[in-house]
Amino acid sequence: MINITFITQAGESKTVQASSGTIMELARQHGIEGIDGDCGGVCSCATCHVHVDPAFAEVVGEPSDIEKDMLELDDHADAYSRLGCQIEIEPSFDGLILTVAN
Amino acid sequence: MKKSNFKDPFKEQREQQGTAKMDDQGDPVTMVLRLKDVRKCAHDWNRFRSGATPGRIVVPSEVHIRGTRQIPFEVDPPLHKKYRDLMEDWFRRPLQEPYRSALRAQIQELVDHALKGHRFEIVEDFALPLQSKALTLLLNIPLSEAEVWISWGTHVFRSEETKLDKEKASILYDYIDRKIEDALAAPGEDLYSKLLTSELDGRRLTKEEVKGVMILTFAGGRDTIINAVTNSLVYLAEHPEQLVNLRKHPELAARAVEELIRYYSPLTHMGRVASEDTSVCEHAVKSNTRISLCWASANRDESVFDRPDEVILDRKMNPHVGFGFGHHKCLGATHARQVLMLLLQVVAENVTTIEIEGLKENIEDLDRFERQVGFQHVWARFQ
Repeated sequence: MINITFITQAGESKTVQASSGTIMELARQHGIEGIDGDCGGVCSCATCHVHVDPAFAEVVGEPSDIEKDMLELDDHADAYSRLGCQIEIEPSFDGLILTVAN
Repeated sequence: MKKSNFKDPFKEQREQQGTAKMDDQGDPVTMVLRLKDVRKCAHDWNRFRSGATPGRIVVPSEVHIRGTRQIPFEVDPPLHKKYRDLMEDWFRRPLQEPYRSALRAQIQELVDHALKGHRFEIVEDFALPLQSKALTLLLNIPLSEAEVWISWGTHVFRSEETKLDKEKASILYDYIDRKIEDALAAPGEDLYSKLLTSELDGRRLTKEEVKGVMILTFAGGRDTIINAVTNSLVYLAEHPEQLVNLRKHPELAARAVEELIRYYSPLTHMGRVASEDTSVCEHAVKSNTRISLCWASANRDESVFDRPDEVILDRKMNPHVGFGFGHHKCLGATHARQVLMLLLQVVAENVTTIEIEGLKENIEDLDRFERQVGFQHVWARFQ
């Protein structure tokens, strides 16, 4: 088990334990405000947008081209944006901090 | 060829040109065909507006049959967001358990009835009743009201003889007027009452605004859901192995729904009106002319989707625009997804074979393109 922290737009911080699955699924399990995951994780709805803590940017990795195309048209996107449904949780993510974009 | 395989009529034009001209009652439309362009135009609300004359962004245009503005769909930001914020929570109710169980029970009843062995017609006897019954949940009104809507038939304001039928449209509009008066006289826990007591900029919504939301709720979720349900059942009839697959792996239903929505794209396209002389995909678009965001074409874009003309139920990467894109994305999508997801699960749990005994395609005439959107009739047996 590793720890992952979500910070919502309202400024609330919640640290949850995780082992596998995607960031979107994890956020939904824990009712994180601002992560809806409407499409169930197929990269269609962009309702699981998070900003990755820069210290973890390399560990989490770059978005794919299809994901980049989705993020490009999101008004809240920046260099650290990712869609939670496209991030598979790995042991190296322990301590990761994600800010919910919406 | 399988009846559940729907041809992509836009392929050649999308690859070679990226746009296509279409005439519609003397108000031409530039159809935008590639996924990236469709998304960009949908996102750029300032250049491509929704707040035009009511009915104009719909293709075929409804300007001659409708004066009421559909809300929030025919409104641009920033006002759009104020309306949408009033409604988001209500339209997310389908995720709640009591809603899901009630919807599941409605579907179970229809499937049980179909399983009695007789031949039945999927569109009239299954998809239309399912769409109507499910809508009572979205509106939070008694189930019995579904009988009224079922009696209207499959097309609220489209008839087979003429594409746009003013008389049929007035059935819906007059009905909504009466229901708004009823809710004013005796407020309840239904959507009409909820809207009538909603406040925007410190004032109550007007009857006309509430009517605009209700027309959208009825019209946007009727043919689209009926076609999605019917097409999904025809697909399962021709792919019994996927029925087995869904029975063994019910969690597959979520991805399957997205893929069926991508492949069958229940809504072909939606218009916008250019606010300035501009261009799309290097094609000039004059100010105050229309473009359409062709979801159906975008969803078969081979530069994005691997094997776009195949239904791959467990497709992992599926950035489709079947529910639209951007701030106008389908408000009823949460409801529609639950209808389809529970349909797949209940059918997989209870039905081993769906036998098709006859059918008639429903082809949409788009000037230079013909697109199959579903079926007029499908006669079938469930076992």
